Amino acid sequence: MVSDSLKNINPEQNISEITINQLDFYYGDCHALKNISIDIYKNKITALIGPSGCGKSTLLRTINRMNDLIPNVKISGDVLFKGRSIFDPDIDVVELRKKIGMVFQKPNPFPTTVYNNIAFGPRIHNMFSSKSEIDDTVEQCLKAAGLWLEVKDKLKKSALELSGGQQQRICIARLLAVKPEVLLMDEPCSSLDPIASLKIEELMMNLKKDYTIIIVTHNMQQAARVSDNTGFFLSGELIEYDITEHLFTTPSKKETQDYITGRFG
Amino acid sequence: MNPRHSQKIAFSVLTICGIIVVAPIFAILLLLLIKGLPAISLGFLFGTGGAAESIFPAIIGTICLVLVSILTAIPLGIAGAIYLNEFASDNKFTRIIRLSIVNLAGVPSVVYGLFGMGLFVIFLRFGTSILSGGLTLAFLILPVVITASEEALRTVPVSFREAAFALGATKIQTIRRIVLPNALPGILTGSILGISRAAGETAPILFTVAAFFLPRLPHSIFDQVMALPYHLYIISTQVPNTPEKYKYGTALVLVVLVFSLNIAAIIIRMQFRKTKKW
Repeated sequence: MVSDSLKNINPEQNISEITINQLDFYYGDCHALKNISIDIYKNKITALIGPSGCGKSTLLRTINRMNDLIPNVKISGDVLFKGRSIFDPDIDVVELRKKIGMVFQKPNPFPTTVYNNIAFGPRIHNMFSSKSEIDDTVEQCLKAAGLWLEVKDKLKKSALELSGGQQQRICIARLLAVKPEVLLMDEPCSSLDPIASLKIEELMMNLKKDYTIIIVTHNMQQAARVSDNTGFFLSGELIEYDITEHLFTTPSKKETQDYITGRFG
Repeated sequence: MNPRHSQKIAFSVLTICGIIVVAPIFAILLLLLIKGLPAISLGFLFGTGGAAESIFPAIIGTICLVLVSILTAIPLGIAGAIYLNEFASDNKFTRIIRLSIVNLAGVPSVVYGLFGMGLFVIFLRFGTSILSGGLTLAFLILPVVITASEEALRTVPVSFREAAFALGATKIQTIRRIVLPNALPGILTGSILGISRAAGETAPILFTVAAFFLPRLPHSIFDQVMALPYHLYIISTQVPNTPEKYKYGTALVLVVLVFSLNIAAIIIRMQFRKTKKW
């Protein structure tokens, strides 16, 4: 759709899952996102990079309408999920958030057992009637999050007793249990050590065959390692959006070049 | 002055202040124990016949009043706090509500008594009864319950709510399954402290429930009852020649009742601290 910045992405091999069209976002008088247009492709990992305060987290939180919770917000433009506007008055926000799940910067497991954390989603959505079905889902999701072997004997222990990296994977497993289609990850590794970060990255690579993933990250090596496409943001504008490999090796804009070579940010 | 000396002096003054603060508590307890303990016997605690020499009806009366006020004030207070903290936006209306709550906490207890008499006893025709007295006490502690509940709700991290919303939970589901369970111990601790105050109040029950002398147990919530604080007032001032030990014995029972509620609150808080650590 907006493919002048995406000259290298072949539309035939990519299905657009989320289309953002001329999105402007204001917090009160602060113009946080300026005329953003971007296509997010299905079963790809899209990284959003840029210095702090450039609007990438705001964009992420717009996609699952988490910004609804903040007062004094003004939005113009549109975000389409599977071709339908997420701002459509008829849309069920709860259903939308179920489809587009989110992992936060700081691991935020609920202060209850590992089992209850994973079972929370299926329970509130009445997805299953029998306990054994929930048991199976808990096991599957923990396996998918690469955590089963580590926690299978600790299902009845508090999730808060696990390490930070394990807690973050609990949060991912908890998300998988509601069967989302898109995973939004807001700096999921920023509070984790390099080994734990690596595990999250491996997990993302494994998950992308089933999910569309958008990750906001400050870590450019991480973006380069895991993502298929990368968007570079600066002061609320999308400066460049390209296949990750191209963006990091032959950026077409000077700002991108300056940022990835570490001249600022 | 040498800073080390001035520090020493300041430290000593503060220590003395600390001792002065706790001294009255121990003095009161000691006095009550010395003078009141001789009165404590099975007949005194569980007898029903006598005037000052058995206080079972007054104990039961106080417990009934506390129960009615708990059952009214806690659900109402929690619901109010949830509205204020989770749903209401910060506008003129909610600011008026908050201001009212603060002021409600400052209303003298005898005014609550008059209000209770006007509303429950006369207008709603509950008569002088456990119901009228319990409801009056409930209104007395409502500000405490609401404030404690709001405080407890605020301590539940925003990140928990965000996590629930991001899983597609509705606001009500988030409150019921995540916010409230995590706030409940804090709510209970604060509320019990409020209730223990209500248990010792005399003025609000004066016109709404308390019987001068009624040495039998209540049959329904529409009965009058005796209550410990009012009974203590009666035997101390209105009944001549009451043996001193019964006055102190009654006071001791009342203080023990209030303290046990406070200790219950402390135990709940300790349990809570042990299990939660975010």
